[in-house]
Amino acid sequence: MKKLLILGGGTAGTMMANKLRKALEREEWDITLVDKHRTHYYQPGFLFIPFGIYKREDVVKPKGDFFPPGLTIFYSNIDLIKAEENLVILEGGKVLNYDYLIIATGTQIRPDETPGLKDKLWYKNIFDFYTIEGALALRNHLKTWEGGKLVVCISELPFKCPVAPLEFVFLAEAFFTEKGIRDKVDITFVTPLPGAFTKPIATRMLSELLVDKNIKVETDFYLEHIDNDGKKLVSYDEREIEFDLLTIVPVNMGDELIARSGLGDDMNYVPTDKHTLQSKAHENIFVIGDAADLPTSKAGSVAHFAGDILFENLMNKIEGRPMTAKFDGHANCYIETGYGKGALIDFNYETEPLPGTFPLPGVGPFGLLKNTKINHYGKIIFRWIYWHILLRGKEMPIESEMTMAGKKRIPY
Amino acid sequence: MAEKTIAGVNLSVSDEGYLQNPDQWTKEIAEEIAGELNIQLSDKHYEVIDFLRNQHKQGTPLTIRKVGKSGIVDIKGFYTLFPGGPLKYSSKIAGIPKPASCV
Ligand SMILES: Cc1cc2nc3c(=O)[nH]c(=O)nc-3n(C[C@H](O)[C@H](O)[C@H](O)COP(=O)(O)OP(=O)(O)OC[C@H]3O[C@@H](n4cnc5c(N)ncnc54)[C@H](O)[C@@H]3O)c2cc1C
Repeated sequence: MKKLLILGGGTAGTMMANKLRKALEREEWDITLVDKHRTHYYQPGFLFIPFGIYKREDVVKPKGDFFPPGLTIFYSNIDLIKAEENLVILEGGKVLNYDYLIIATGTQIRPDETPGLKDKLWYKNIFDFYTIEGALALRNHLKTWEGGKLVVCISELPFKCPVAPLEFVFLAEAFFTEKGIRDKVDITFVTPLPGAFTKPIATRMLSELLVDKNIKVETDFYLEHIDNDGKKLVSYDEREIEFDLLTIVPVNMGDELIARSGLGDDMNYVPTDKHTLQSKAHENIFVIGDAADLPTSKAGSVAHFAGDILFENLMNKIEGRPMTAKFDGHANCYIETGYGKGALIDFNYETEPLPGTFPLPGVGPFGLLKNTKINHYGKIIFRWIYWHILLRGKEMPIESEMTMAGKKRIPY
Repeated sequence: MAEKTIAGVNLSVSDEGYLQNPDQWTKEIAEEIAGELNIQLSDKHYEVIDFLRNQHKQGTPLTIRKVGKSGIVDIKGFYTLFPGGPLKYSSKIAGIPKPASCV
């Protein structure tokens, strides 16, 4: 019996288990997946929880509902990967050996990395919305908050879903307006980037929206510590920003397992060939999702597109063919902008987000880099697609490779 | 893309003035770019520059944090050496492309 082992049963691991169980003969291949949690969280839904748009039950389901028959599952913390010996050790000492390993352990927030963050203001005046606990605590706080300085800050790059903090400020602006207290809330978006977003054309479009909505932007701000007594953010170059309510994206890092196993870079991401998705250090290890050090967004849509490529390359490898499938870094992200509207960006390693229509050239229905109602529905429908198509490893009506059709190259 | 003469050498640079070909880099070029940024290069600056050039050669994406962990300077020290935009300015002086920040 040959053994394929998948570490992590989140978005990417679950999707790969479904694709591979269908393709590999059960008599020939044992497929095993390990995850420490039994609950699957629809993380994109965390964004909506603070504003009462989604509730807890809208974003949780048992992981077991999404695993295919014929998959061996262990719910356990993974202690160590011994790549030289093709072994994985679980907490408690159980040893699993493998012929091929897929690492899909994602990325996590690490508030402990920033001095003063997990201190006396944590979950009192400072919240994250990257965990269910943070999102729910923030919702409770917002129910009675009467206004003041709201600061939204990104601590470190890279972090998953790079549009999420922008969406958060847009939704917050609409939330306070609808509550009738917008005039009492001063909103500031603080980023270590030189602009609102990473790529120039999208930055221009998003910056205009921020100006329209009277949201201040503080750029090139690299957070050093939180001054709890002064309720201030302090940067390495000693700039200070005061807050009454701070929503923060803490430092994101890959799981400590990767560090313990000596497989990661300084942020615990696994060095991965950006086209084949094979680990750079071990030819029988592949990496997918947020755990990889790929130079593209850490997003569910990226994991989805990468999944097609990983599947093809793994099958090539198993069946003794060259690994011909090449991942292009394709990402496709809906951006909530408040008031029932949204924007959409579609890009890859080489091409930055451009205006146009998607997925059909000239038709859409979605508008790239445009603020429309239909894009908002795209985001809402994404949750259904996530549970029913993406996790189950089914085909989506979108090519995994990005296309220029429908996009317009414009100068900036 | 543009052409620019730096320290008497005709070089192709990006629109923002980053060298296109790190192999064309010399200390004289570094001094001149640093001068434009009002930075006086010390040995410490050159240690950082060497580190950046080596990391770039190995294809490692660079971050401020990574420089802070290099053992050469901590992050505060990095800001002191290259005030305002440590990674941007040091990369420019080191003759490597503008760091591709988060994507
Ligand atoms: C607020 C927010 C909004 C987002 N919005 C969007 C969006 O609009 N569109 C989009 O495409 N993406 C979005 N994302 C990103 C998306 O959710 C992630 O990119 C995606 O879930 C990554 O999948 P993954 O499988 O790599 O990691 P995960 O889904 O996080 O799964 C990793 C799994 O590994 C397990 N694990 C890790 N370490 C261990 C260990 N040592 N032992 C055992 N198990 C372990 C974890 O328990 C987890 O189940 C958003 C994320 C957040 C937080």
